[in-house]
Amino acid sequence: MSEIYQLSLFELVNKIKSKEISCEEATKSYVERSSKSKKLNCYVEETFDIALKKAKDLDQSFNPDKKLFGAPIAVKDLFCTNGVQTTASSKMLKGFKPQYESTVTEKLWNEGANLLGKLNCDEYAMGSSNETSYFGNVINPYRNDEDLVPGGSSGGCSSSVAANLTSATVGTDTGGSIRQPASFTGIVGLKPTYGRCSRWGIVAFASSLDQAGPMTKDVKDSALMMEVIAGHDEKDSTSAKKNVEPFSSKLTKDIKGLKIGIPKEYKVDGMPKEILDLWDKGIEISKSLGCEIKEISLPHTKYALPAYYIIAPAEASSNLARYDGVKYGFRAEGKDLIEMYENTRAQGFGDEVKRRILIGTYVLSSGYYDAYYLKALKVRRLIKNDFDEAFKEVDTILTPTTPSSAFAIGKNDDDPISMYLNDVFTVPVNLAGLPAISFPAGYDQKNLPLGLQLIGKSFDEQTILNNAYAIEQNINFKPNYKDWWI
Amino acid sequence: MSEKQFDYYLKGEKGDYEVVIGLEVHAQVLSKAKLFSASATQFGAEPNSQVSLVDAAMPGMLPVINKFCIEQAVKTGLGLNAKINTFSKFDRKNYFYADLPQGYQISQFKHPIVGEGKVILDMPYGTKEVGIERLHLEQDAGKSMHDQDPNHSFVDLNRSGIALMEIVSKPDLRSPSEVGEYIKKLRSIMRYLNTCDGNMEQGSLRADVNVSVRLKNSKNFGTRCEIKNVNSIKFMQQAIEYEARRQINLIEDGKEVDQETRLFDTKKQETRSMRSKEDAHDYRYFPDPDLLPLEIDEKYIEDLKKTLPELPDQKKQRLISDFKLTSYEASVIISDQAVSEYYEKVAKNSDYKLAATWLMGDLFATLNKEAKDITESPVSAENLAKMINLIKDGTISGKIAKTVFEEMVKSDGDPLKIVEDKGLKQTSDPKEIENIVDKILASNQDKVEQYKSGKDKLFGFFVGQVMKEMKGKGNPQMINDILKNKLK
Amino acid sequence: MSITKDTVKKISKLSRIASNEKFEENMIKDLNSILKFVEQLNEVNIDNVEPLASTVNQELIKREDEVKVVNKKKDILINSPSENEDFYVVPKVIE
Ligand SMILES: [Mg+2]
Ligand SMILES: [Zn+2]
Repeated sequence: MSEIYQLSLFELVNKIKSKEISCEEATKSYVERSSKSKKLNCYVEETFDIALKKAKDLDQSFNPDKKLFGAPIAVKDLFCTNGVQTTASSKMLKGFKPQYESTVTEKLWNEGANLLGKLNCDEYAMGSSNETSYFGNVINPYRNDEDLVPGGSSGGCSSSVAANLTSATVGTDTGGSIRQPASFTGIVGLKPTYGRCSRWGIVAFASSLDQAGPMTKDVKDSALMMEVIAGHDEKDSTSAKKNVEPFSSKLTKDIKGLKIGIPKEYKVDGMPKEILDLWDKGIEISKSLGCEIKEISLPHTKYALPAYYIIAPAEASSNLARYDGVKYGFRAEGKDLIEMYENTRAQGFGDEVKRRILIGTYVLSSGYYDAYYLKALKVRRLIKNDFDEAFKEVDTILTPTTPSSAFAIGKNDDDPISMYLNDVFTVPVNLAGLPAISFPAGYDQKNLPLGLQLIGKSFDEQTILNNAYAIEQNINFKPNYKDWWI
Repeated sequence: MSEKQFDYYLKGEKGDYEVVIGLEVHAQVLSKAKLFSASATQFGAEPNSQVSLVDAAMPGMLPVINKFCIEQAVKTGLGLNAKINTFSKFDRKNYFYADLPQGYQISQFKHPIVGEGKVILDMPYGTKEVGIERLHLEQDAGKSMHDQDPNHSFVDLNRSGIALMEIVSKPDLRSPSEVGEYIKKLRSIMRYLNTCDGNMEQGSLRADVNVSVRLKNSKNFGTRCEIKNVNSIKFMQQAIEYEARRQINLIEDGKEVDQETRLFDTKKQETRSMRSKEDAHDYRYFPDPDLLPLEIDEKYIEDLKKTLPELPDQKKQRLISDFKLTSYEASVIISDQAVSEYYEKVAKNSDYKLAATWLMGDLFATLNKEAKDITESPVSAENLAKMINLIKDGTISGKIAKTVFEEMVKSDGDPLKIVEDKGLKQTSDPKEIENIVDKILASNQDKVEQYKSGKDKLFGFFVGQVMKEMKGKGNPQMINDILKNKLK
Repeated sequence: MSITKDTVKKISKLSRIASNEKFEENMIKDLNSILKFVEQLNEVNIDNVEPLASTVNQELIKREDEVKVVNKKKDILINSPSENEDFYVVPKVIE
């Protein structure tokens, strides 16, 4: 047999339930591998000792009815975890220990999962390369001659799933933060419909866009995780009152007759040929599975990213006002209250966060609200309308996840816009509140993984999971990195 | 009706100035839990003991609205004769302050839950209508304390997140006394509705006072200043007087009034500019993405309407027509719901007019002296009614009633029993009175002569003597009649 | 529209982020580049379009008026940078 950490979440949990593997063995396997993988810098906080102890307890109270029984899982450091440091990868929250557990992570533990630690990300989830973290860059297990970014903001998540440091994880996606890093590291990332998973206890970036979702080794794991973390929560006023389906048991490869839309606006100028080729490959496989392929139009696609870079910073500027040195985290000195605020926030936040706070403050300030913020909300309506129209004709929409594969650390440092363009294919989905999944579709010429994205109708995660599952079986993607960091 | 004229104008070199005032009243919603969290709202709790994770703005915490607070706001809107908006929204008002843990206040900006309404004031110069611009729901802030430590301020978040109704008036008020009446009227409406206890000492009712001045007969408004968070009617009135005078002096000196936020220093009796609010003019309101629009339907509003109690204005009209009270008496009695309930109980069981006289006279004086509320009255409505009936049926005189009332204050005893125990019963036996009259006249022959020769004033002397002899218990009307007869 | 040094100063002040010469220089460049990018929206015809602030399509969730949180003082103060068991403590506020 291969190593335990190489098993999919689904396989691992089944082996634990059939007592082939104990919880302790499973946890040990991941703890040992994680301990040897510090170079990737995935963890901000490790709770290995607690996890090993908990694993023993789990073995004692064996319960095969639990969906994730014994699964060692590290989570993005944006989820508040009771008594365990939660930083959002910011200096601002260094040392902060919430006295509460986020709803999503609570659901994981309720189903028998075991916390391994907290995973690095871009500071307050603002970034597409994990380079804005106060705790340093995360390294992609795939590399050329130089270290590559794992994508972001859920970079610690993507890298650790790809490198087998956790059996699965939960990330958050505001403009692509689950899907883009999934694509960069050859894993599966699903952003559920907005409102599907509770936002309670997740450090907020942009409240109307933030959504937690699974990042896993394959599609089946994604369905299993979805089943656990989804559901209405009375504590979140934006949480949807929708029943949770048993996504994993309803998962099927039979997608015959499915209508798949191909949006012509996603064929942007200068897109690398290998991405177009992968996209074509996805289309061909779908056809061979009996799907109907339709060209569709999403005319306002081009304006999604500009609208996003008004709406998200606007909400963030307000969401991050609570980090003022009074109640938790970092505090700088100041001769009076205002000076303390200003010094705390100047020293506690990194540059990208400050940029977004300032832009957000600007677009909401008097005289600019209508020209920027209100206009962006109107464009958001048009983008959603585009999808609504398209989904009258098709069941899913297939696109590339990213316009490139993983890039070298420091490559996009000069201009914020070049970094923002990473999310050009993922952002429209957040603005429209739709579910979308990124799954690995193959490698580019540099031997780096690339993902395809399937966008679904509101609350129709099942169909995109099925669609992705069927294509995944045909592509048969296998990780091809070497454990160079060990 | 002969009415006084409105005359609150302030003199200046350039002429008489009119003072224009608008109020933003913050009324704490009577609810057990806070607007967006399940912590308690009780006054006077140990510091920071009524603070949830939401109220302390912990990362990832989210607001969920209290249904009852919505109901309270709608009820209050109905009480203000206002339009209830079936669609309203919550916005974030962004600013930094030590007692504002989120860095923003959840409030309603563009779409408040209640729109335009009006309040009627009874002024000595007639009724005055004050327009209501809007009523919206919002969160209260915490409390900073600055005097515990020379270098630090202390923050208590117990108030953080408590539901407030901000009631914004139109700039329709013109004098400190109108402001006083307006606040009392609002308070009385909300107390009738049980939506706000109106307790100003505890901060349940406070106001931002917007003041500007202009020359009498001028059509344009002057530049206004906002005096923040004043928590008593007296302070509001003092602040307005000071602020109006300050602005007039500026104008008279050829200077300009700056639009700014000021605070009222109650010790120095003056307003001064607030440094901490210097850049508070850009609140960057935007819809709170953690909440959805609040939609209510007409049926909900209609159903609430049916539960409303009789409100002060309606009650006043009814008291005037049912109990023949004067407008003045009625407005005094309805200003407090408990008083009006007390009155109705007494009036229905005795005599309308006497009930009003005794309530507004002796009982109010007693309550005032003992600093008590009507609900703590030492004389119950039942007993006051009984006492009035004793006057009416001639058992006691109005004068003896005063003695009886004093006894009732001491013990809240049954008036009849007091009359019997103390032997205060009025003597209405004509024979007995006649005997005493005869006795008094016999022992004052000289005065009888004088009276008969024209000194009419002596009549009172005889009445007094008879009463004295009867220890005040003689029926005054009978004494009068018999004396007149004998002295013919 | 473009962002000047004064604008950066003003919005830094509103955002309560201490600013200095170097910070302002950097931000002017970045913010203007972002603004230029987002101003592409001016090409879009938004006449008669209703703004979309949230994609959730359901009635606002409401709670009953019940007190469910009782004295969390320790939980809320434990992470405070100042060590005081009863209050949050901040540098003197000048009103
Ligand atoms: Mg105000
Ligand atoms: Zn207010």
